[in-house]
Amino acid sequence: MKILEVRDLEKSFGGVKAVDRISFHIEEGEVFSVIGPNGAGKTTMFNLITGLYRPDNGRIIFLNNDITKTPTYMLIHFGIARTFQNMRLFSNLTVLENVMSSLLSKKTYNLFSAVFRTKRYATSEKTAEEKARGFIDFFGLSGKEDYTASSLSYGEQRRLELARALSTQPRLLLIDEPGAGMNPKEISDLAETIKTIRQRYSVTIAIIEHQMNLVMNISDRIMVMDFGEKIMEGTPQEVKKDKRVIEAYLGEEME
Amino acid sequence: MRFFSESRIFLVVSVSLYLVMKALFAFDIISPYIQQICLYAVIVALTAIGLNVIYGYTGQFSLGHAAFYGIGAYASAYLTKILAIEGVLPFIPVLVFCGVVSGIMGYLIGIPILRLRDDFLAIATLGFGTLVRVFLDNSDKFAESLGGSRGFVGIPRITNLELVFFFLVFVVIITRNLIHSRYGLFWRCIKDDELAATSVGINTTHMKLMAFTYGCILAGIGGALYANLYSFLHPSNFDILRSIDFLIIVIIGGMGSIMGTIYASIIWVGFIEGLRIVLPAQVLDLRWVVIPLLLIALMIWRPYGLMTKRRR
Amino acid sequence: MDILSYVLQQGINGLQLGAVYALIALGYTMVYGVLRLINFAHGDIFMFGAFVAYFLIAKFGIPIYLVFIITMLACAIAGYLIEKIAYKPLRDAPKISLLITAVGVSLFLEYFLSLNAIFTPNYIAFPRPFDVKGYDLSLFTITNVQIIIFIITFVSLFLLYLLIYRTNYGRAMRAVSHDKETAALMGIGIDGIISFTFIVGASLAGVGGILYGIAYPQINVFMGIMPGIKSFIAAVLGGIGIIHGAVIGGLIIGICEVFVSAFLSSTFRDGVIFIILFAVLLFKPSGILGKRIEKV
Repeated sequence: MKILEVRDLEKSFGGVKAVDRISFHIEEGEVFSVIGPNGAGKTTMFNLITGLYRPDNGRIIFLNNDITKTPTYMLIHFGIARTFQNMRLFSNLTVLENVMSSLLSKKTYNLFSAVFRTKRYATSEKTAEEKARGFIDFFGLSGKEDYTASSLSYGEQRRLELARALSTQPRLLLIDEPGAGMNPKEISDLAETIKTIRQRYSVTIAIIEHQMNLVMNISDRIMVMDFGEKIMEGTPQEVKKDKRVIEAYLGEEME
Repeated sequence: MRFFSESRIFLVVSVSLYLVMKALFAFDIISPYIQQICLYAVIVALTAIGLNVIYGYTGQFSLGHAAFYGIGAYASAYLTKILAIEGVLPFIPVLVFCGVVSGIMGYLIGIPILRLRDDFLAIATLGFGTLVRVFLDNSDKFAESLGGSRGFVGIPRITNLELVFFFLVFVVIITRNLIHSRYGLFWRCIKDDELAATSVGINTTHMKLMAFTYGCILAGIGGALYANLYSFLHPSNFDILRSIDFLIIVIIGGMGSIMGTIYASIIWVGFIEGLRIVLPAQVLDLRWVVIPLLLIALMIWRPYGLMTKRRR
Repeated sequence: MDILSYVLQQGINGLQLGAVYALIALGYTMVYGVLRLINFAHGDIFMFGAFVAYFLIAKFGIPIYLVFIITMLACAIAGYLIEKIAYKPLRDAPKISLLITAVGVSLFLEYFLSLNAIFTPNYIAFPRPFDVKGYDLSLFTITNVQIIIFIITFVSLFLLYLLIYRTNYGRAMRAVSHDKETAALMGIGIDGIISFTFIVGASLAGVGGILYGIAYPQINVFMGIMPGIKSFIAAVLGGIGIIHGAVIGGLIIGICEVFVSAFLSSTFRDGVIFIILFAVLLFKPSGILGKRIEKV
């Protein structure tokens, strides 16, 4: 089943086409990767899907709903979560608060309950906290619940961002360059984490990534972009062999 | 319902403080002038808590807080005068109403301007403050009794110790419950990173508007209490300098700390009014020379406020 | 015919005020370009310039061209010191801290200079360095003061253009304004350029101060607040960070203000300017000449 479908998506900035009539779809349950050189328009495309930019043209359909014009904050409630290329944690908030922020953003209790501390408030807060602790645990951050996000190490921050995104149990998780700034060991750990996430939470994953060994290792299908255009799409094997891909961009990197 | 659950200590402290103050007032141990200053300090605290929600917690920089304080003050002055309200009990609905009026103004002005950030929001709120000032200066053209640039005279004196304490306690508890709920969490998320807040599912437009409106309601109630404490209002009481007063209090008290704001208000009012008693008028002029220097030094030394909690 | 000449006359008066706003607005727009800061103290530099000129003319009787040079120098030094003392330590601090500091600097300058030992808080008559003459051009009258204001503003703008578009300093300034990190990587000394920007902006505000004193011969330490804010609004209206935008914005704001005073009531002129601000911020926050900027 198609979980996400993108049709003829277009976006330009000051005359430069950042995303040029791109169409693709993501199947439920797969790991779908987007690769391409810097400035190929990958992150722009994620920003279009998550509503941070408005496309000039084209449609985005998620589980049969047209979400092209859906505001960003609604998407998590539809079931789409994301992480950012250069991480966007609430750096002055604690680890626990970071994860709880997304859990509580669902309609849990109203203003009246908040002011008068009704039972509903207490139970919702408690459920959210327990759930958050579960995710913090799963990502190996237990014991650090009360640390501010900014005091964590780089790797821990990356994991916290994943925990926050996953905590709402999305159907589709968009991960923007999770391997940036990681060493080979961390990369292979990351690959394992992504595989586990996929199985344990049965979530569909879309990834933007530069690290070829990571992409080849975990992806079911790969889309290659260059200058805002889609060059090709296929399995890791097909992509590796494709002449256009090698010429256009991979070249020496593939050795 | 556990409305008071997190505020037991605060309740005990404020009730005992009230009893002490009541004794001091009743036996005329402190002069009526000082009594007035004490009430004024509490009113300032209440209003500053409003700004702290807007700026300290939610990060929306406002240079127009005094305008909402002024709206509440003028609304209350006008209503108590035309309705000839004298007693405390009929005054309470007026106070709440004035808070609502300020809140509605805040909501309406917030819809367009809260889309702006930092410095542009500052200049827009400053602009709104100036507009209100222009309106108040010309208010006698709309209703003679508002007094325009001559000032509003003959407002009934109703504000007393009980009223001021009641509202402070009530506001502190509500604010604290809000801050420790999902709404407070969302506000702090927005302050930290608005884009990230949107992407974790927070309706930031809505939440900013809510914080702003709530802060303006508190300013309106504060203004109303102020109007009926001093019985005279002048547009210059609500200009940019007054907004900066509140801002300084929030900064000294630590952005995002309710008790800090209360302490800072008391210290600030005590400091300003104390200086007025101790120092001769010529030296008093130096006040606004020293205050900005302190502000600059504070910004360079502790850009996040003086009494902010340090986290691990 | 009468109405037409009245409108034209007010238009000329509006341009006179607008020219002063334009000179101040340039400083706001340049500083915003390099630091992304509303330099609230800029209006006070303008006031300082008017006072320096007042002392030079009234107390020392210095020839007018020297008044310009010395005033510009004095303002340049003031601008330089403000940046070095108050803003530089906050280069990496949160943006709002910098803004609060700017408000602090502005208040300090106003209240410090208003002390009785310095400029006093009173209004002071600004001495006219020459007699005012009007020239009747049948449809409207133009005064020698207005002609001088237009000429000096025009010359200042011309020199500024040469500076920004024909010198290395100007090129570096535009580079910093465009992208600070890249400019730094290209070997441009950021601190030097920021100081340079403050110096240029402050000297232009000084010129504005002298012209304002000559045109509206009443000066006061708080005279910089409203013209300062209005000039900033002018810079936003024209497109913040854009040099000629500041000039266009300044002229428009000046004309609007004079028209509102002439046709409505002078009590509403400040209000109307802020309504313009709200309209710009809501409908075209990038200003008349600005390009649309997307978030993220």
